[in-house]
Amino acid sequence: MTRRLSPLLVALVGGIFLVLHLPVLVLVLYSFNSSRFAASWSGFTLHWYARLLERPDILRALRLSLTVATLSTLVATLLGTLLALGLSRRPFRGRRLIEGGLYLPIVTPEIVAGISLLILFVALRVPLGVGTVIVAHVAFTTPFVAVVVLARLRGMDRSLEEAALALGADEVTAFRRITLPLLAPGILAGALLAFTLSLDDFVITFFVAGPGSTTLPVLVYSMVRRGVEPTINAVSAVLVVLTTGTIALASRLGGTRGA
Amino acid sequence: MSSSPRRRLLAYFARRPAAGSWALLTPGLLWLAAFFAVPLVVLLAYSVMHRGTYWGVAPGFTLEHYRRFLDPLYLAIAWRTLWIALATTGLCLVLSYPVAYVIARAGRWRNILLFLVILPFWTSFLIRTYAIIVLLRGGGVVNSTLMGLGLTSAPLELLYTPGAVLAGLVYGYLPFMVLPIYASLERLDLDLVDAAEVLGARAFARFRRVILPLSLPGVAAGSLLVFIPSLGAFLTPDLLGGAKTMMLGNLVQNQFGPARNWPFGAAVSFALMGVVMVGLLAWLRVRDAEAAA
Repeated sequence: MTRRLSPLLVALVGGIFLVLHLPVLVLVLYSFNSSRFAASWSGFTLHWYARLLERPDILRALRLSLTVATLSTLVATLLGTLLALGLSRRPFRGRRLIEGGLYLPIVTPEIVAGISLLILFVALRVPLGVGTVIVAHVAFTTPFVAVVVLARLRGMDRSLEEAALALGADEVTAFRRITLPLLAPGILAGALLAFTLSLDDFVITFFVAGPGSTTLPVLVYSMVRRGVEPTINAVSAVLVVLTTGTIALASRLGGTRGA
Repeated sequence: MSSSPRRRLLAYFARRPAAGSWALLTPGLLWLAAFFAVPLVVLLAYSVMHRGTYWGVAPGFTLEHYRRFLDPLYLAIAWRTLWIALATTGLCLVLSYPVAYVIARAGRWRNILLFLVILPFWTSFLIRTYAIIVLLRGGGVVNSTLMGLGLTSAPLELLYTPGAVLAGLVYGYLPFMVLPIYASLERLDLDLVDAAEVLGARAFARFRRVILPLSLPGVAAGSLLVFIPSLGAFLTPDLLGGAKTMMLGNLVQNQFGPARNWPFGAAVSFALMGVVMVGLLAWLRVRDAEAAA
């Protein structure tokens, strides 16, 4: 049976939902505000979006963010999927330890992960740049991919794979023809997670990026530090649409809700 | 595709199943070892070395950087970090429980409501933090609304306070709490609640004695998922807190930045990692207990 919910409770929860969505809505709304001073509404404008096009640094940062996210997602998806496959086969000594250890990078404070990578790069005299950013992004997104793909593997019916092997397919063929297609939505969900995490990351990137490898979040951070201005609202609105659009589209394509 | 080397390779792995698993694991594990584990070991080594003259470290072994934590100045930061993380967890819990409860009972609205909980998550954390600045700053939306309503005559000092940090963290991590509680409420057998009602339990007693105990695994998982990142927060206190609301994450950055005391920064990192590890082990136990149930 479904119980009637008390109207008071529904109103309370409605209020919480409103507060949850208010900040981003206000931000997007004020990106169309013609006043420089965000609090007062003085008419609709696309001025701040036009200003974006005059800022080569913003466009460059956006392009760099997309490049970094694409390259690091490709590597992290490959490494993470291999990790998940290795962990999902027969039990072996040390499997639980490795699986538990995969959560360690996920829960490590980003500031600690970023700083420790920075001192490693400094100690080895590796020049900071796009390369170090991509290496760092692969390191912190790979465990997320592994966990997502592993969850999909655990929930999957393995009997089809066993049937293929029983019918004479070798392991490579069974994997390519049976396991991989069944696993594809999980891999796609993992890749999307990696892509958005990379696109959004500020803290780790902040430490391992050198001059000339400013990603969009790092640029937005320095703009915010300098003070609130409507151009940031416009950049934010673009980013909101970009990430939300990507995930919404892909979750529709992959049929994996809210991964 | 030449079949002969492939067949020999497969035959090799068929004889050694564990070798096959390790072959799959090796590339990822090597990457994580090189760019996650090794840096942490280097950081650990730095935390027991002497401070370099200008920056970096000098050789030698000392525990003085860990002892330095006992300085009241740093203890105060540690306590503030702890209470802000606890308060964030508590506030998230109080706000999330009714939300999760309503979603679990929402029937055909369920998927839409779940979608609405996850939606803000798809917006960058940095931008959501900036959105809080836009709302809370002196001439911001909240202040001008309050003044417009005649509730205050001058803008309130909302930004750069512990309250602002708390608001930012709760806003940032709320879905982490809603989703696990929802998952455990959704699985709850409503017949038990009906039985309690038939046996004469009033609404509050039904909640306290039946619904709440059965949803505790979700509450525990959600609390850890909020507590752990709150403890290591850096960006939120950095942008919303100002100097007086420094948390451990900011102390780490400060020691590697302007204060130029790398070993102490490394020691603070490990104090933070220690607490996070305890949280992770607790979470893994909760998860395994839930999977076994």
